[in-house]
Amino acid sequence: MPGDVDRNAPTPDTATLLKRNPVQALTIAVVLAATAGAFAYVGGFVTPHRLGANHFVDAMQTAAGGPHAGFRRAHAKGICIAGSFVGAAPGRAISKAAVFGGAIVPVTGRFAEAAPDPFAKDSSEAVRSMALRLQPAGAPEWRMAINDTPGLHVSTPQAFYDNVVASTPDPATGKPDPAKMQAFLAQHPETVAFLARMKARKLASGFFDDTYNSVDGFLFVAPDGTKRLVRWSMEAEEPFATLTPAERDAKPANYMFDDLLARVRRGPVKWRLVATLAQPGDPNRAAEVWPADRPRVVMGELTIDHVESEATGNCQDVNFDPLALPPGIAPSDDPIPFARSAVYSVSFRRRSGEHKPPSAVANQSAGARS
Amino acid sequence: MSRPAHRFTLLSRLLHWTMAALVLAMLFIGIGMVSTVSPRYAGLVSVHKSIGILILVLVAIRLVNRLLNPPPPLPADLPRVQVIAATASHWLLYCLMFALPLVGWAMLSAAGSPIVVFGGLHLPPILPHDVAVFAVLRTAHTVLALLLFATFLAHLGAALFHALIRRDEVLPSMV
Ligand code: HEM
Ligand code: HEM
Ligand code: HEM
Repeated sequence: MPGDVDRNAPTPDTATLLKRNPVQALTIAVVLAATAGAFAYVGGFVTPHRLGANHFVDAMQTAAGGPHAGFRRAHAKGICIAGSFVGAAPGRAISKAAVFGGAIVPVTGRFAEAAPDPFAKDSSEAVRSMALRLQPAGAPEWRMAINDTPGLHVSTPQAFYDNVVASTPDPATGKPDPAKMQAFLAQHPETVAFLARMKARKLASGFFDDTYNSVDGFLFVAPDGTKRLVRWSMEAEEPFATLTPAERDAKPANYMFDDLLARVRRGPVKWRLVATLAQPGDPNRAAEVWPADRPRVVMGELTIDHVESEATGNCQDVNFDPLALPPGIAPSDDPIPFARSAVYSVSFRRRSGEHKPPSAVANQSAGARS
Repeated sequence: MSRPAHRFTLLSRLLHWTMAALVLAMLFIGIGMVSTVSPRYAGLVSVHKSIGILILVLVAIRLVNRLLNPPPPLPADLPRVQVIAATASHWLLYCLMFALPLVGWAMLSAAGSPIVVFGGLHLPPILPHDVAVFAVLRTAHTVLALLLFATFLAHLGAALFHALIRRDEVLPSMV
């Protein structure tokens, strides 16, 4: 047989060996090619339609007219905050997370406007957000990123992506194609309903009197192991005020931030953390609101007593990953937080490697700390 | 195939095949998790960190074992270039088995992210919070992972070459 090797003769050189063993050489080539192919397949390189986090960030950047180097690809205009959180007894009963233990938990975080342009004028339509990092001593931290909206406009990552694509400006006109958005809305009644809720809501006058919602469903795990599907809100204790569109238009470009600095200079601002418990059959879909009569549990109180501009090492350099959860809080079958975790990771990676110019509100601070 | 005259010790073989499975799994889990936004993402990332740290522990044991139990000699008639290639690639594999988990741990430290493994063990940061350092390490993690995959392919090709074509004692020495 040509493939046989005479064990007593000196081994021929490699080229000769390969030539004498074509079937074996081919087998090796096939095994190597198949392994490399499997790797490429799992990595999504041969299935470009499979939605990965990079696709989301690419699409969001395109829709925003290009990336703003160094800034978050969403919620770009923001300011850092600090304070504390104290858990309440009813909260301890439904989640064993250390943050609810009752000790004073140091908190850092960020207020932002959801738009991708870090230098946009504070708009009258903007979604406002609160991001927090609760770091109890000697126990795992809890990160959250929450919005002042009545739910989300979609319930699945795919629909979020399709919406971004439909709202991308047409290069010819510089404006989104209304036909594409119409087509999207025709397929997404939940988005139509969300937009109606957004139109009906009264906008808070500032960050300090606004209420922020987890929007997504999470599981609270009680000390006895009972899991409950919840959504939570940071409800402003500050009296609610609203501005007319004309009043807002007359305000300066950074009024949301200026007003926050001014408010914190006068003293701490507080929020109540309230969990809403789902009842059997409540949809765990971010675009759908739960009936208003659901049980509410007060989990604790947040105090913000310090505000400062974004800078190296503070909230600017944090990824408020909604899946950075301590034992006692777990993801549910709401698919959105998983996609958020993957997408924030890509946005964080990209901005971390870029030189960041100063934020719109730079070198300012207010409140107790140094 | 005859019984090899020289064989890796049982511990060496156990470590080699356990780690081969783990490292290969890590490459596929890693490349797979960054390509999806599905609910699998969170579970894969969490398993990725745990297996990664396990590999770091095992490779340290393996290095000590290798220094204590040197591998059997390569076939005497192996061309010099291939001897060099084999030795160099084995050391490259060792370096990468150390570097990838260390870079993974270090990059999450520099990112200021919590590092949770084995379902609840919190690892301390091994670098201060610095996102510029994170950005460099995050890219290094990708580049080193691709280099590890390429080296693995060459290693697999070489092992099959010894087994199917040279039919020498190299593969039997490891099984
Ligand atoms: C699939 C759906 C979503 C996608 C793709 C998405 C995408 C993003 C991206 C790319 C960022 C920038 C992250 C960074 O660079 O650190 C971001 C920030 C943020 N997102 Fe989302 N988001 C989604 C859903 C939501 C939902 C449902 C909420 C609210 C409950 C939310 C609240 C926030 C907040 C508060 C921030 C800013 C956090 C900070 O200040 O660092 N997002 N989002
Ligand atoms: C990612 C997976 C793998 C890694 C990281 C790896 C690593 C190594 C290393 C570092 C050595 C040197 C000996 C030692 O110190 O342990 C070695 C030897 C060896 N490996 Fe692997 N290996 C992998 C997969 C495989 C596979 C899939 C095969 C076979 C199909 C294989 C076959 C061999 C053989 C035959 C040797 C002995 C070489 C000699 O005699 O010096 N390895 N491997
Ligand atoms: C032998 C060990 C390891 C191998 C072969 C490996 C391989 C990979 C690969 C192939 C990727 C995807 C490619 C990329 O995006 O860079 C990846 C990503 C990643 N790895 Fe590893 N890794 C290892 C150890 C670790 C360890 C120990 C950690 C952390 C403790 C870690 C954390 C990560 C993270 C956080 C990502 C990116 C996830 C994301 O951004 O969505 N890796 N790794």
